[in-house]
Amino acid sequence: MKSFTLNINRQTYTLTLDPDMPLLWVLRDVLGMTGTKFGCGKGYCGACTVLIDGEAAKSCSRPVSIVAGKAITTIEGLSPDGSHILQQAWILEDVSQCGYCQPGQIMTAAALLNEKPNPTDQDIDEAMSSVLCRCGTYPRIRAAIHRAVKLQDRGGLK
Amino acid sequence: MSTSCHDNFSRRDFLKVVSLAGAGFALGFFLQSHDKAHLFAEPSPSETFEPNAWLRIEPDGSVIVTLGKVEMGQGVHTALPMILAEELDADWKKVRAEQGDAHEKYGRMSTGGSASVRTNWEVLRKAGAAARQMLISAAAAAWGVSEKECRTEQGFVIHTSGKRMSYGELAPLAAKLTPPQNPTLKDPKDFKLIGKPTLRLDSPEKVTGRAIFGIDVKVPNMLVAVVERCPVFGGKVKSVDDKAARKMPGVKHILQIKSGVAVVADGYWHAMQARAALNIKWDEGSFARQSSAQLRKTREALAQGKGAVAKSVGDAYGTIAKAKKALTNVVYEVPYLAHAPMEPPAAVASVSAERCEIWASTQVPDRVQTLAAEITGLPKDKVIVHTTFLGGGFGRKLYPDYIVEALEISKAIQAPVKVIWSREDDIQHDLYRPATYNVFSAALNEQGEIEAWVHKIVGDALNASHPKDKVEGAAVEGAQNLPYRIPNLHVEWVMHNPGVPTGAWRSVGSSQNAFVTESFIDELAYLAGKDPFEFRRNLLENKRLKAALELAAEKAGWGKPLPAGVYRGIACHESFRSYVAEVAEVSVDKKTGEVKVHRVVVAIDCGLVVNPLSAAAQMEGGVIDGLSCVFKRAITIKNGRVEQSNFGDYDALRIHETPKIEVYFVPSTDAPTGTGEPGLPPALPAVCNAIFAATGKRIRKLPVSPEDLKA
Repeated sequence: MKSFTLNINRQTYTLTLDPDMPLLWVLRDVLGMTGTKFGCGKGYCGACTVLIDGEAAKSCSRPVSIVAGKAITTIEGLSPDGSHILQQAWILEDVSQCGYCQPGQIMTAAALLNEKPNPTDQDIDEAMSSVLCRCGTYPRIRAAIHRAVKLQDRGGLK
Repeated sequence: MSTSCHDNFSRRDFLKVVSLAGAGFALGFFLQSHDKAHLFAEPSPSETFEPNAWLRIEPDGSVIVTLGKVEMGQGVHTALPMILAEELDADWKKVRAEQGDAHEKYGRMSTGGSASVRTNWEVLRKAGAAARQMLISAAAAAWGVSEKECRTEQGFVIHTSGKRMSYGELAPLAAKLTPPQNPTLKDPKDFKLIGKPTLRLDSPEKVTGRAIFGIDVKVPNMLVAVVERCPVFGGKVKSVDDKAARKMPGVKHILQIKSGVAVVADGYWHAMQARAALNIKWDEGSFARQSSAQLRKTREALAQGKGAVAKSVGDAYGTIAKAKKALTNVVYEVPYLAHAPMEPPAAVASVSAERCEIWASTQVPDRVQTLAAEITGLPKDKVIVHTTFLGGGFGRKLYPDYIVEALEISKAIQAPVKVIWSREDDIQHDLYRPATYNVFSAALNEQGEIEAWVHKIVGDALNASHPKDKVEGAAVEGAQNLPYRIPNLHVEWVMHNPGVPTGAWRSVGSSQNAFVTESFIDELAYLAGKDPFEFRRNLLENKRLKAALELAAEKAGWGKPLPAGVYRGIACHESFRSYVAEVAEVSVDKKTGEVKVHRVVVAIDCGLVVNPLSAAAQMEGGVIDGLSCVFKRAITIKNGRVEQSNFGDYDALRIHETPKIEVYFVPSTDAPTGTGEPGLPPALPAVCNAIFAATGKRIRKLPVSPEDLKA
């Protein structure tokens, strides 16, 4: 057990943890932040995707020891009131079905927009293929990312 | 259909929608605080209007529709409130959906068989209409006017004089009245909400991470358990050495339960670490010698013997023996499939001497209540079952084995416990879609129509104790009730239950039978030298399916030229009282054998469409799930163990493999049926028939291997 300082959603947490514990379980079991989902534990499905220093990262495969000190953003911290352009677009395109993978989808899309503010279909496919959806919401995910770009161009719905 | 029909949605509307997510906050907090009275600060009964099990109107005008059916992505927590709100003339912006705890007042809560809208259609219409009538009565009495001079609109009762009162204001008055037994229902042509593309009510919670699934539930003093189960089906624990595991960090209890050895810890990670340190000797039993190759040989041999006859008309065997044009002994095979919902099985149970409380992601809350009463010995009214959102169901969560584990463990340690299955647990200890081995023979008459058809199916029953001399309905679903005109027909089922646990899997028997029958129909179309669409259309006796087929063909541009290298396939199938036809466009890379599906056109007749937005979503999801069956999935057995373990070797379709999907509805005024499952079955044969058109290679075994398609 070791003490770690984690920067999650712009808040600092100092916790005593097993250095090997994946970030996912620190979020879910230790901090009670359950928006980040467990899907496979091996980095295959992307349901656990968060942003680490702005890039998409699978929290199930990142031991806490290597993420300490970095800026971690989870779905809970993407926007203060749930009105991030991606969250708006996701609602307007009616993307969610069961909804379980959607936090991972949205965080992956957020990383994509950080890198490519106006992605092509191919950019979307490349970035989003790392997140599995069993309900088959992919066509609407594509539409929602394009819609988010339009919302961004208009300065969101502010 | 276009899903972009909400461009006029303002930020104000958006924030209103988001504010509905407050309910999610309340649930999350409630689960942690147990402070029900505080959070569901329910107004006194006299202020709230609660005319039936499904509806509550609060003085602030909130319309809360409480549902017995569970939300697993299929959209019923939007479609069902729409039905009630339509008859109520409610203001949709004030409508919220709420999951009811297990109770007989909701009728059958078990959610599956694409049945929620169909079976709740009438009762929810009546519930809304009765409440509306009571609100009118309350307003008329308050105003001292005749009820006939009052009408309703958008959450208001309005008098001919222009006086109006909101449903919220009327709630305390209406609460004093007796509900009418036979309320008048609207003429469907007056529907305003039903049939209108309507955004999901649960989206705001789901896009913010606030939606609570079974795996997210946390109650005070809760521990987390994982269970090590015998890797071989039917095996048992011989001995357990848990010395090392007990010393691991966070471990609280290690105990044997019916399904294996449970490790209870302060969290999932510690529980899994300790589970890996267990040293268990198993009595693996006889299934340990089984393998997929062996099982296949057994099925092949069984196909030579007799089974139970599902349907026999005319003389199918005799006609085929004498026929000039026939295909005989054509074999089609499908593998076992796991459900693999994104949220693995998870449930919380809190058992004490006086009371049992369960929070679970389950499709069968009512069954869970009955089971929990049996396990705990408590009366049913002391067993409270809260159903959370389900992170996918697909049939997996019809089976409460993981909830039983949580109950057993909680009862033993007298503390609340959450059982979580790892993905490996889920894929290797599921209840699988049966594997089947199908033998077809058929003959054509001189006009090239089907004269005789024989289909013998060898496969597992869903019920392990099913008698082998009787046909299990699910096994021949979609195979015995072919929609075509065939004068001589024989369908037989040979039961083969080797010991693999089986269960209902999205679209059940149709998940395999649509693929095999609609592929073989396609073979016969080519044998007859006819266009696969015209061949089907000519033989279809079912008018609704025929209309769906014609619509799909028309929208897909059947018969019109395609870009070079792109080919079409078509299929149609009825399941769960919905009629679906699909046309797929594919191209095949001759060098690599890789298939690209470019476009799938779906036409469905599901009766009157309650919410076109979610019905289309179910079709899209069904097609994508079907494509996963074509290209991705098989559960195989070696040494009695499932060989696959995670999404690395049991994947599903990814976004880059997803075609353009178009959905069209056959206009209908019939009562609504269902959409959760019927989109899946025709997708498999439509794609495989297109692969045949592209390559001349008939896909008779799933999943498709690129190796088989190389030129």
